Amino acid sequence: MKDNGEQLQKVAGSEPAEVVEGTRPGPRHAPAVDIFEGGDAITLLADMPGVRSEDLRIDLREGTLTLEGEVRDLRPEGAVEVLREYARGTYFRQFRLAETIDQEHIDAKLTDGVLTLVLPKTKAPAPRRIAVQSA
Amino acid sequence: MYVRTFRSPQNPWLPEPSRLLQDMERLFGAVWGPPGEVEPAGVFPPLDVTRDAGHFYVRAELPGVSADELRISVDKNKLSLAGSRSAPQAEGVSYHRRERAAGEFDRTIALPAEVDVEAVQAHYEDGVLAITLPLSDSAKGRRIQVQTT
Repeated sequence: MKDNGEQLQKVAGSEPAEVVEGTRPGPRHAPAVDIFEGGDAITLLADMPGVRSEDLRIDLREGTLTLEGEVRDLRPEGAVEVLREYARGTYFRQFRLAETIDQEHIDAKLTDGVLTLVLPKTKAPAPRRIAVQSA
Repeated sequence: MYVRTFRSPQNPWLPEPSRLLQDMERLFGAVWGPPGEVEPAGVFPPLDVTRDAGHFYVRAELPGVSADELRISVDKNKLSLAGSRSAPQAEGVSYHRRERAAGEFDRTIALPAEVDVEAVQAHYEDGVLAITLPLSDSAKGRRIQVQTT
């Protein structure tokens, strides 16, 4: 159980600088996520309202999964602010993936502002018996 | 009734700036002390309201709420948003993180002026509900011509 919990860990400040540096001005928000693990896959759900699929970047390299989504400014032009409870900006969050993820078959879908990412686990390699040759 | 509302991601080692927390800090930081100690008492959905000469524009972040689960009602200057968001139903899984809000929500705001109830339009796209509310004729006001003799 503990092992499962550590399969997806947030990267805490160890990522290279070019990944951390934002490419857009404005605040960056961590999207709320659900991560659960079934028999053969880990599923990640992330709330990213206002992000279109073409503005979403999912990057996986060296075991680090990066989610970055640009929120479109939907405010009509020339309008005056009355109430503001959320700010436009960029969603950004990183996770460390265990090596048991089949990185070639990750499935991503963005529907109604919710990203669904299915991360299939690789099949454990069958144990191989090493024959010791005698001279 | 909120079953769960927007919460900051819980991480015992690294306080992660959530949007709500940032907003709370901006508003109350000096009063409530250092960031990270505040458990945000969030509202759902978060709104963004603007206006021009003839309209109010309300946007609500409602990711994963299907349009037929949304109930929008307008009365004079009161706008109500209600609905529910269901948590993913998955059997036999173990959760690593569970931060997304789920449950019922019901929120009413009072706009600064009355709106034309019949002409309100709503549009849902990419998890954001956008409502356009034209001002009522009485709220638009009427310019009074001063007569001179």
